[in-house]
Amino acid sequence: MKYTTIIKKIAALSLSAVLAAGALTACSGSGSGTASEGNAGEKNNATFRTVDEIKESGKVIIGVFSDKAPFGYVDENGSYQGYDVYFAERIAKDLGVQVEYVSTDPASRVEYAAVEYAATGKVDIILANFTVTEERAEKVDFALPYMKVKLGVVSPDSAVVRSIDDLKDKTLIVVKGTTAETYFEKNEPDVKLQKYDEYADAYNALLQGRGDAFSTDNTEVLAWAIVNPGYTVGIDALGNADTIAPAVQKGNTSLLNWLNDEIKSLGKENFFHADYDATLASVYGAAANPDSLVVEGGVVD
Amino acid sequence: MRASGIEVLFLGSNFARLLEGLWVTVRISLLAVLLSLPLGILFGLFMTLQNPISKAISRVYLEFIRIMPQLVLLFIAYFGVTRAFGWNWDAEFSAVLVFTLWGTAEMGDLVRGALKSIPQHQYDSAYALGMNRRQTVLTIIIPQTLRRLLPPTINLTTRMIKTTSLVVLIGITEVLKVGKQIIDVNRFRYPTASLWVYGAVFVLYFLACWPISLLASYLERRWR
Repeated sequence: MKYTTIIKKIAALSLSAVLAAGALTACSGSGSGTASEGNAGEKNNATFRTVDEIKESGKVIIGVFSDKAPFGYVDENGSYQGYDVYFAERIAKDLGVQVEYVSTDPASRVEYAAVEYAATGKVDIILANFTVTEERAEKVDFALPYMKVKLGVVSPDSAVVRSIDDLKDKTLIVVKGTTAETYFEKNEPDVKLQKYDEYADAYNALLQGRGDAFSTDNTEVLAWAIVNPGYTVGIDALGNADTIAPAVQKGNTSLLNWLNDEIKSLGKENFFHADYDATLASVYGAAANPDSLVVEGGVVD
Repeated sequence: MRASGIEVLFLGSNFARLLEGLWVTVRISLLAVLLSLPLGILFGLFMTLQNPISKAISRVYLEFIRIMPQLVLLFIAYFGVTRAFGWNWDAEFSAVLVFTLWGTAEMGDLVRGALKSIPQHQYDSAYALGMNRRQTVLTIIIPQTLRRLLPPTINLTTRMIKTTSLVVLIGITEVLKVGKQIIDVNRFRYPTASLWVYGAVFVLYFLACWPISLLASYLERRWR
């Protein structure tokens, strides 16, 4: 009697373990497997829609952020707004179709979801402030960039940091794991770094004068400086530009080429500067230079 | 000017949007609950069958669903299935499917547990009083089982309602996501709005779950 219950328990436990292991490999499998499956594209090809098919259906499905102002957000009347959305509206207009938005999430795991959205053909285009990385480029096809992000440095008005030389022997606040941390460690060993885990802690440290300046993505510090009088972004474009581009499903060359042509022709009318004026100017203020963010015609200088 | 942030709830159509979000939450979870209650009872009965094959099947199903995080199941149903078979399931369909599969497994185990907890002497006494198998099950066993099943079932139902907040990750905008959207838009103008918005979301979840608790206590009184 006792013997059989023990056997049963062991059997149940080992079954659970096997299943758990299966679950784990399934997770990592679907995550990393996509890259290697890239050339098994024939099967996937069935799920994406070409430009002609989109036009025929009368509707383009675009994945955007719904809670990342001022790039993609929903206003109080429930309509999508922002820099990415402004572009999305134009894409729909030039395709001659209606636009349907799918909300993607900025939480870290969702970058994976965003890749998955495009890779499974749930959306035609991802326009969710999607930073171009080599890793992602293995899973989706990026069109030409329409925005770039560099590093910015914000400091008190009393001692504005305007160049890297101003930072010599001063303390710079950074957030762990950001590009700012890597950039300064690698290129500017003379700058003393003070590291924090959270953005909120880093901003508080700056407000309390525990460091001389704070560096992170320029979009972030620009927006912060506007609502915190007494602080100025002295350096607004430092380091290598990370570019932000629309993504389509891997192998969807028809849509990719259409987007690239679209971005090039929009460059001629300075469309993205108009986009900046309509959506970002009020957030970043008159002091910010649009050219430190906007990319026209897909050309990054 | 001191902005407390509560006015954010009434800007534009914000409040209506929160209610719409709540309706999405309630729609998905209620559909899943309504499907998984009967299916779970059937599955629970299936689990009690004294047959090695049926036992193995139900064991594998239960452990699989129970061990997999619901998020993984959602991703499998929404993205994985499209990738593997090319079936493009609607996000809400995927959500209802996953929550029904989960609810059925959990409910089945609750039913099995409740049935097992009825002591053998209840059967024996009923037979001794001359009842046949059918009378015993209908008038002695099932009423006791239902009573024991009630609290854990309510628990499962409210848990399902709350877990539906995961569906944002497959692109469904439910009540919590609407709340986050509202907070984000107003984060510079009303930095304290998050407290009010999360407060409102809390009240909405409460309003969704409370009637279920009321129903439960009513039934418990009624079945005493």
